[in-house]
This record gives sequence, C-alpha cells and structure tokens, in this order.
Amino acid sequence: MSLIRKTAAELGSMIAAGEVSAVEVAEAHLDRMAEVEPKVQAFLHVDREVTLEQARAVDARLRAGEKLGPLAGVPIAHKDIFTTRDMPTTAASKILEGWRPPYDATVTARLREAGLVILGKTNLDEFAMGSSTENSAYHPTHNPWDLTKVPGGSSGGSSAAVAAYEAPLSTGTDTGGSIRQPAAVTGIVGMKPTYGGSSRYGLIAFASSLDTPGPFARNVLDAALLHEAFSGYDPMDSTSIDAPVPSVVEAAKNPDVAGMRIGVVKEFAGEGYQAGVLARYHEAVQLLESLGAKVVEVSCPSFTTALPAYYLIAPSECSSNLARFDAMRYGLRVGDDGTRSAEEVMALTRAAGFGPEVKRRIMLGTYALSSGYYDAYYGQAQKVRTVIAREFEAAYQQVDVLVSPTTPTTAFPIGERADDPMAMYLADLCTIPSNLAGNAAMSVPCGLADEDGLPVGLQIMAPVLADDRCYRVGAAVEQALESRWGGSLLSKAPQL
Amino acid sequence: MTAGTIMPYDEALERFEPVLGLETHVELGTRSKMFCGCKTTFGAPPNTQVCPTCLAFPGALPVANAQAIESTIRIGLALNCSIAEWCRFARKNYFYPDMPKNYQISQYDEPLCFDGYVDVEVDGKTVRIEIERVHLEEDTGKSTHVGGATGRIHGADYSIVDYNRAGIPLVEIVTKPIPGADRLAPEVARAYVTELREIMRSLGVSDVRMEEGSLRCDVNVSLMPRGSSEWGTRTETKNVNSLRSVERAVRSEIERQAAVLAGGGTITQETRHFHEDTGTTTSGRSKEEAQDYRYFPEPDLVPIAPDPAWVAELKAALPELPSVKRKRLQAEWGLSDLDMQAMHNADAIDLVEATVAAGAPAADARKWWMGELARKSNESGTPLADLPITPEQIARVTELVASGALNDKLAREVLEGVLAGEGTPDEVVERRGLKIVNDEGELSAIIDQVLADNADAAEKVRSGKIAAAGALVGGVMRASKGKADAARARQLILEKLGVSE
Repeated sequence: MSLIRKTAAELGSMIAAGEVSAVEVAEAHLDRMAEVEPKVQAFLHVDREVTLEQARAVDARLRAGEKLGPLAGVPIAHKDIFTTRDMPTTAASKILEGWRPPYDATVTARLREAGLVILGKTNLDEFAMGSSTENSAYHPTHNPWDLTKVPGGSSGGSSAAVAAYEAPLSTGTDTGGSIRQPAAVTGIVGMKPTYGGSSRYGLIAFASSLDTPGPFARNVLDAALLHEAFSGYDPMDSTSIDAPVPSVVEAAKNPDVAGMRIGVVKEFAGEGYQAGVLARYHEAVQLLESLGAKVVEVSCPSFTTALPAYYLIAPSECSSNLARFDAMRYGLRVGDDGTRSAEEVMALTRAAGFGPEVKRRIMLGTYALSSGYYDAYYGQAQKVRTVIAREFEAAYQQVDVLVSPTTPTTAFPIGERADDPMAMYLADLCTIPSNLAGNAAMSVPCGLADEDGLPVGLQIMAPVLADDRCYRVGAAVEQALESRWGGSLLSKAPQL
Repeated sequence: MTAGTIMPYDEALERFEPVLGLETHVELGTRSKMFCGCKTTFGAPPNTQVCPTCLAFPGALPVANAQAIESTIRIGLALNCSIAEWCRFARKNYFYPDMPKNYQISQYDEPLCFDGYVDVEVDGKTVRIEIERVHLEEDTGKSTHVGGATGRIHGADYSIVDYNRAGIPLVEIVTKPIPGADRLAPEVARAYVTELREIMRSLGVSDVRMEEGSLRCDVNVSLMPRGSSEWGTRTETKNVNSLRSVERAVRSEIERQAAVLAGGGTITQETRHFHEDTGTTTSGRSKEEAQDYRYFPEPDLVPIAPDPAWVAELKAALPELPSVKRKRLQAEWGLSDLDMQAMHNADAIDLVEATVAAGAPAADARKWWMGELARKSNESGTPLADLPITPEQIARVTELVASGALNDKLAREVLEGVLAGEGTPDEVVERRGLKIVNDEGELSAIIDQVLADNADAAEKVRSGKIAAAGALVGGVMRASKGKADAARARQLILEKLGVSE
C-alpha cells in the first residue's frame, strides 16, 4: 500500500522504526498534492522546499536520538487561520494577502515540537465564516467525493485534503460546526474539543468565546493522536483550561460502549433532514444499542433556538475582533496616496479587503451590540446560551453522551446556497449547541446516503472535559461499521 | 477659535453654583504591560516596547497582569471602596489609529472597585469627595500630529504613532458629582487630585508624574442658577496636565459657562481642551459626534474573582494613608494647621519626614525645606522633591550646625554647593573650606591684623566706646570670609583691647 493510504499512526511507527524517512513521507504527499490539487484546490499555500526542510529537520532530530511523539515525521495540512512563521497566513481574506506573521500560533508550535511536518496552509471560508468554503477570497475547494459539491466549511480545505489523501491529518477550527460539518460531508473524522481544551493563541479570531481548534483524520485513533499532540493548557490563552488533556488516545484504543448511556436528541430529526441522512443515523443508533449501549431519547427544546442565538453572539464578537484590520500595521492598504485621512484609508481598505459574508456579519454584530439594541439581541442571545448549557447539563445527568446527525443534509452543490445565507446557516443546525455550551463533540462517518451516495456523519456530544467519551463511542462505531463495510468509508470514494 | 466672553469669577459665583466631577487616569508602575509581557519604561525609543499582543496582530491574545489587578484593588481599598467579588473586563469599541485593536479593554458596568470616598482639606474645611468607581483598563498608543496649526489630528499633514504606551495598565478613578464646593470649587478640585496623587505614592503603585502623563485628569463642570436644584449641562475638559491647571481649568470653565448662560445661551455637552498658555478651554468633540462604544464583556479574558480573604489581607497591609499621616506628623511636630497646610501645598511633608528620620530635629528640617530650598525650588521651577539634594544630606547639614562646625550662613553655602553638584555636604565643606574658624591661633592672628589695619576704631573701643567693636567684628568676618564665629571674635577683640562689656 502506498504511503499516502497509510494512517498517521502507521506512518509515525514506520518513521520511528527507520523504515521510511520523514522526507520520503513528505515527498509522497507533496507528489499526491501536485497530482490532485488542480481538481480539489484544498490549499492556499504550498512551499515544497519549506516542507522538505521541516522533514529533514525531523529526520535529523530522530537520528540524533531525540525522543519525539508518535506523530514525528507525519505530514499535516494546517488551516490557514493559524499563524505560521515560515508560511503566509491569510484567513482566506484579501485583507491579509501575503501577510507573514512574526510568530507561531501555540497549535503550530506544538505541531512542530511533536515533529509534524506542515504540508501547507488549507483553504477556508474567509475568517472561518461559512459552511462551504465558497467564502474564501481566493477560490472554492471541491469535495473529493464529488467535485461539483462543497467540502463543507469553514475548514473545507482541511477536510478535503484529508479525504483526498493529500494529508493523513489536518487542523481545523470549530466555531459553530466548522470541523464537524466538513468532516461529515467528506466522510472523515473531525473533533471539536472542549472549549478551552486547545489554545486559541495565534488562531485568528472569528468569535472568541466559541472558536476551538481541533483535529481532522481518516480514523478515530489518528484524530486522538493529533488531539493529544496540540491540546492542553496554554498560559498565553486566558480561556484555556488548566487541567490535564482527557485521555483521548486511550479511549480511541478502547472502543467499548457496553453499558454506556446514549441520549438521542429528539429535536434533531424530522422536517428539513435528508431521508438518507436520517436512515444512516438511525442505523448507527441501532448499532450502538447492539454493541451494548443503553439508548434513550432526550429532549432539549432550547436547541432549536441555538441557531439564532449563535447568529447574534458570533457576529457581535466578530464585529469587534475584525476591527483590528485597519491598514495601519499590517495587511492590505488601499487609497493611501497622501491625500486621504487615516479614517478614509481604513474605510477604503476594509471595503476592498473584506468579502460580502464577512461584511454581513460585521454589520449584524455592530447592530446587535448597539446602544438600545444590546439587551434585545446580544443580551437575549447570552441568556439563550445559558439555557442551552443548562439543558446539556440536565441531559448529561441521564446519559453519558448525546448523539444526532452531524448535518441535516449531505454535501450540497457548489453555488447552490451561495446567495441564500439562511440556507447556508442551516448546515450548522445540529453542531451549534455544543459550541454555545463549550462541550466536546465529534463527527464520525456512518455511511452513505442512498439518494446521492455521499457521506453522512454521526455527531457524538460529551460534557466539558469528557472528550474521551466522544473517542470511545466514535471508535466503537468506526470499528463495527468498518467490519461491516470491509474497510473505511473513504475507500468507497471514487478515484480522483 | 475665539476665547469668547467670560464673566468675572466673583460675579459668576454670585449668580451660579458649580457642580464638579473628576475622572482621573493613573498609569500603574508595573514592570510589564496590562495584557502582555512588554516593558513599560518611560521614554524608550518609539515602538521598541511592543509585541504581537499590544500591536493587535491577528491571533494574539491578552493575558491580564495580576500585579495590576492587585494594585487596583489596593487603590480601591485606600479610597474606601467596596471590592467586586466577581467582575469582568469589557471591550469599548471605537476606531482610532493609536488604538491597535480598535477597541480598548476596559471595564463597563462591573468595575473592580466602587462606592468609596476620600476626604480633602480646603481652607480649614473637610470636604468629602465620593468615589463612584475605580476600574482597570489599558492605555492607548501616543499619536503625534505633524504639520497643521493645532497639533491635533484635524489639519495635520500626517501623524505618527508610538505604541510603547499601548497596553500600559491604566486605572480610572471617577468621582460622583460634587455639588456644594461653591466658590472653593477650583481649590477642591486641586486638593482632590493632590490627595489622589499622594495616596498613589504612599501605595507605591505609580510614579504619578502629571508632566509625563502618568496621572491625567479630566474635569467636568456644570453650573446651575443660585436657588435651583437642577444641575446644568456639563462639559468635560481634557488635557489638564498639572495641579495648577486643574484649578485654572475649573475656574476658567465656570467663568466661560457663566457668561454663556447669562447671555441666554445654552451649554453644549462636549469635550473641551485646556490650554496651559492661556489658562482657557476650547471646544473639542461635541455630542453630535458622540460614539456608541458597543461595550460587551471581553471574551478573551476570564472574570476576575478576588478571594475575599486575600482582599482582607491587602486591606490590612495598606500603608498609613497620607491624611492620617499628616495628622500624626502635625501632632508630633507641634505645628499649626496653617504651617502644616503650607508644607502640604509645597509638597514638603514627605521630605521633612525623611529628613527627621535621618536624624534632624523637626524644626530644623522644616526650616530648610520650607525656607532656603523652597526658594530654590521656586526660582528654578523644579519641584522640591526633584532638587538634587537628599533628606539625608539636609540632616547632615543640621548636624554640622548643631555641632558648631557651621553657622547658618555657611550652611546655606553648603546647600548651594550640594545643589550645584559639588558632592556631599562634607565634601562641599572640605572643597570650599567652609568650616567655622575655631582655631584660636588663626582667629587671634586675623584679629591682630584687623586691629592693626583699623587703629582708629581700636582706639575708640579701648577708650570705652564699645559700640565701635561692631565694625571690628565685621572686619574679622570679612577677613575670614565668614568662617569666624562672630561672638567669639567679639569676645577676643574686647579681651585684646582690655575692655569688657
């Protein structure tokens, strides 16, 4: 089997054993990228030499006897919203075109410490605002299952890169579903850790109280290995949690759900859900039951108000977070011809540098925070957030994890929802509650929808700092389904 | 911009009653900035104390400075405030080139300290100033507007920004409205800021140098007609950079507003700028351009929840506060209210106290600081504390006088030498040769010479006209360049001439 089809865990073992070098592994993936990128367009920035230099450095560290983690030498695709010293960082926005950060994000630094080799920076919806990666200011990314479909978003470059075997692993950020939804629609594993479980330092902020870095992989164990490699307390991020990382790798290696109590969220089914999605979802729930889990239905009525609350809180924070893009210190500068004031240059730059969805959210947020509207909008949304968190808590009194479909539909055609923001926002209907509550949540593949043959994801939600439960349940589902399918879901994807 | 008409102060006060309000910003003297590890040294080359966080680079995050939070709580306690058990930072959103994030991390409806007071003495009366809130925020960068007439952003050719100051911890202390100060309003304002400054110093939380901007004051003034109880529209005067300016700004704003109101006009709620040169204010931003700051809780920081036991410890460990200390020292030194007030106004109390601590009698210490040194301070325009002389050195001089090694005249010369940078008092005495001549042999020789040179006067004395001895003593003092002990010289002269008093 070629190097690009191997799991991250296998590649790590082979590199550690000296069976293959990090450079050879990197080259195999760079070659794959050269071959399929014209079709997939998962990356915004690739620099073969910078990547090979990292791989050579890892080989040298290993030769010198340095003890590195299980992913040393394994390549990774890195979402272009994390700062990187050696590659540009744009958040897929024109306003940061060509910007070279003077510092590494904590996630980037930890990838480097663990010896991961960064293949390039992946595409996303501008500033992570979107569910299809069509909002990238540079180009859309195509779903490897069907190139006319979206790869999900905002981390669509990262999901597509892994699904297209361009990288065994990738990073994402999840603010309202931006890891889980792309994972679901590309047939891979995506995990949103507990908020504060992974550092936001150097992650270009969309909505500070929601943004959470997390891993993508083709299987649950690989996702766990990456989760462990970059998570944990960071003194540079005040909101990061000073507690040990849950033992996610151990959980991924123990796919046993016997006796676990699993809650089916009543509100996430029915109208608006694609029949093929619901069919695979119900099968997955039956599967869990057959594996010895106790399944009960749980009602969380406020979850239906999560979407509007999210679309007040996230834009409010983004309207403030994106104020720093003012042409003064870095990035795009428009109209500075010596005749215009700083304010005019700021306004011209922001008008030219931000895309329509970013502007829409800045305006929504500015309005929601305005004097006289704050209580009705932002204030009310925060109350809804509290209620949702309480409903989760109450639910977790009865069950160990909650499950739902990750998305109401499979991947939709590129262009279909581009002019209909409300339809686009519905893609995150099931994922948003976990962001509002700060819980852990995962998407694992649970089959293909009958009507379009596209992947369906099962969402597994767990309480704060119980990320390991997602991995335990996810690994059990994965093991049972793969033995039924005779291989991974992704092996059924058409050849690119 | 015209200065406009004013109404003379006395007339203004006859017709109107002022209501004051003061907002004071104190830059804390922490080693690092409020939300990052950058240094806070004043006067460093522009943009050398900056990092991704205080320059608001994409992805950078703030981490709150624990020392700054502690200092703010201590300030709150010293101002008799309640301390919040739980509070949050908030974002104050507005675009301005010297504010890198285009929002300031501040506090909004959940200040760290609230509902306090401070008592100040004015004209023998105690005035209680109530404190609305004390909160913590970050400073902005510093813009310099180049070209244009006003030095302000409008009309400038271009502006340059130094971000060294961006992110320095800033404590904002806001008073409740202060009615009832009446004609003493300017003095009350000044006394309040003076008291704040001393409290900050005694807490050791800031160097509170108004000229360097580490203590900045915004003065709110409104007037209401005598007999009315409805407060007028207020103005907020910024850029008030000295204690004297605080007083002048209040006075000038009372005179201006009185003239406007008396002429049938209305006061616009606006920001005004104080001008040191003319002592007047001019209009700045008006309310029409007032900002909606869209405050919301800062999601990048966790709430502050000071442990009440820790707050109690901080309270117990507060130093003796300036007003308490002044009362104690006044009793110890046996001074009148007036003398103590004079020392307070001259900023001499700490210096005198330190001089006494170094061994000088209180009366002597006070005499030098309030006399010779106060004069030097006035002449040179240097604050007393900044004169290049230490309380220890003053104590040494008083010791030399007490031992008879110096008289007052020589002591003044010693002080002059020390101020001129000639060294310690002992070194100046040595280098300038200023010791009193108490070598009888040397004095005797000088007297002999003076008697020989002034034979007529000597003869008069010998013949009983003792009054003529004064001229001879003067001659001895001149010949000794003032180093002789005049009383002893007189004694010896009379002895040598065989007469007695």
